[in-house]
Amino acid sequence: MGEARVVERDGAAPHSDLIGRTRSESRRLMEGWWREMEVAEAEGRPVANVFVMGSLAEVLRAFDLTMCLPEITALQTAIRGKSMEYLTAAEDYGFSPDICGYVKVDVGLHLTGRAHPSGRLPKPSLVVAPNTCNTYIKWAEIWERMYGCPLFVLDLPGWRGTGGEYRPGTDVWERDRAYVEGQLGELIGLCEQLTGRKLDLDRLREVMGEVNLLGDVYQEILAENKHHPAPFDAMLDGINFMGIANALRGHPDATAFMRVALAELQERVRLGMGAIPDEKYRLLHIGTACYSHFRRYLELFHSWGGVFVHSEYMTYAGGGIDRGIRYDLSRPLASLADQILLTSQQSFSSVFFSQEWQQQVVKDWDLDGICFHGVKSCRTVSTGQPDTREWQMREHNIPGLFIQSDLVDARLWSDAQMKNRVDAFFESLASRKAQARR
Amino acid sequence: MLVAGVDVGSTQTKAVIMDTKPAVVGRALIDTGARLTDAANHAYQLALKDARRGEHHVAAVTGTGYGRFRVEFGDAQVTEISCHARGASFLYPHTVSVLDVGGQDTKAIRVGEAGQVLDFCMNDKCSAGTGRFLGAASTALDIPLGDLGPLALTAKNPVKMTTTCTVFAESEILGWLALGRKVEDVLMGVHVAIASRSVSLLRRVGIEPEITFTGGVARNTAMVSLLQELTDCPINVSEESHYCGAIGAALYALDRALADQAGQQAGGVTP
Repeated sequence: MGEARVVERDGAAPHSDLIGRTRSESRRLMEGWWREMEVAEAEGRPVANVFVMGSLAEVLRAFDLTMCLPEITALQTAIRGKSMEYLTAAEDYGFSPDICGYVKVDVGLHLTGRAHPSGRLPKPSLVVAPNTCNTYIKWAEIWERMYGCPLFVLDLPGWRGTGGEYRPGTDVWERDRAYVEGQLGELIGLCEQLTGRKLDLDRLREVMGEVNLLGDVYQEILAENKHHPAPFDAMLDGINFMGIANALRGHPDATAFMRVALAELQERVRLGMGAIPDEKYRLLHIGTACYSHFRRYLELFHSWGGVFVHSEYMTYAGGGIDRGIRYDLSRPLASLADQILLTSQQSFSSVFFSQEWQQQVVKDWDLDGICFHGVKSCRTVSTGQPDTREWQMREHNIPGLFIQSDLVDARLWSDAQMKNRVDAFFESLASRKAQARR
Repeated sequence: MLVAGVDVGSTQTKAVIMDTKPAVVGRALIDTGARLTDAANHAYQLALKDARRGEHHVAAVTGTGYGRFRVEFGDAQVTEISCHARGASFLYPHTVSVLDVGGQDTKAIRVGEAGQVLDFCMNDKCSAGTGRFLGAASTALDIPLGDLGPLALTAKNPVKMTTTCTVFAESEILGWLALGRKVEDVLMGVHVAIASRSVSLLRRVGIEPEITFTGGVARNTAMVSLLQELTDCPINVSEESHYCGAIGAALYALDRALADQAGQQAGGVTP
């Protein structure tokens, strides 16, 4: 959350100890996550490589397994300005420039001694790969070949539609849930072999209960941005929320962090502190940001008074917490299977059928427009963005900007062209507002 | 009182001087080259000379184009997307859609009644299908840019280009010539490739008359003819099309100058 002017709304003195706590706590917890990965490897404890969309952290944490999230570690190299050396290493090894930037950064890290700017990346002892992204399984197979570690593939039945008839209680849902529950049993067997201990169902309930709490607080956080000005930027600050929500999913520290963040946001709202000093335009962001130019990317918007009030990223990368995970702890495995199906269906829908959700967010968060950021090395999340932009404009008069660069590949960033498109978008928003005032 | 608009494009720099009617009273067009500030200055001075006026007559200057921040004597910068929209509406007040094919960008813009941008869509980061593509054809065939359109219109059996990539254009053109195809047929193939890509962009913002074609490529008769055929709409092309961005910039300058004169805040659109 950026520096912003303070306008006290109710005359009460600001609780200055709250302001800035979210960022410092996020930094502390992410550093702790890195140390945990390093210590686990040093002590010979197993580490599981997992992905943000369908990590199955609930099961793994119930076995006290350390989890590494390579999408996050890849992203971190780009924010530190180091992604190109790893990308180049992977391309020198033979990976095509078209392949997902996260994969190449990660492969480059493993090929060059696993020396990450934040610490030493551990070797995986287990890989959990759901089919929520079409690259996950091929990525996981690379580690399987490199380290000979077991690979667990979670096959989630895809339902590419806007929901409707596919819901708990229907025949097709019940069959799918049983199918997923069966696979969870296989994963539990693998974890029992790896750790030498049986699943403790009470411990699983405890972890799932924490995820329930995490979802509750996270929903409140998202709702805080309905205020004007919005107290946080869903891309700049969203990265902290997503980092903790994924790295510490099911751990009480994640819930405690979200409570700290919520308290800070509520204080910011009380003080009238926006995410940026002078909020003029409220936007929804679709897709990921460009992490190799993260500051610059946001600056292009913030310099016009544009703030990302909500983002698709804070939904599909959150493993269902944006809609409030609610596990039934009396039937943990069945309930976990239900939620995985719901979450994966939402993830698929957010990519393929996002238009209705976008309209609702534009209305509920009182937004001025949508920015669609296409990722050159990820067609999965980028396909359909220009069509959706066009449709929102034509059918609902919601202004949209379409820009393209990459997640982590600095070669795909063109500053003059990005700036030109962003500036033109804001000029058109300014004209709209001026016309509306007349 | 006069105002000025300076459009520092990737290939050429255009400057216009306008009076308060508003009407263009001076103009200049030069190659941009590597020194953008010098190009902006030079074009501005040439336009003033063309208008037979001095700098002291100019109340406001707006910079536009990729080099807009290098128009150091300007007092505001506006993107060429907004400027082409404004300029096109000035030249043709019933304009709904604008197509600007520039040196490295192709822009499709939907404009409102006041010339404001309602929506826009641009080509990808590379210069595929832009004016640069015609430049590559001109080099490969050793034909001046101005002759490309008329020669293409004499084609009887155009080739089908498989690429709009500027880098690969030359080798494909040479490949067709090596197969014995006529120069005009190859040239028409080049034009069809660019026109088809431009119309795809226009579809993104909606093809609706009137369509105004701006930018340097608007002078190409074959492109105009193809766009009319592909959109099934008449295409507005003005003598001033090449200066459209600079005219739009000058109109933004005029807004500010008049507001300043009236002692009001202009409420500009730049951050």
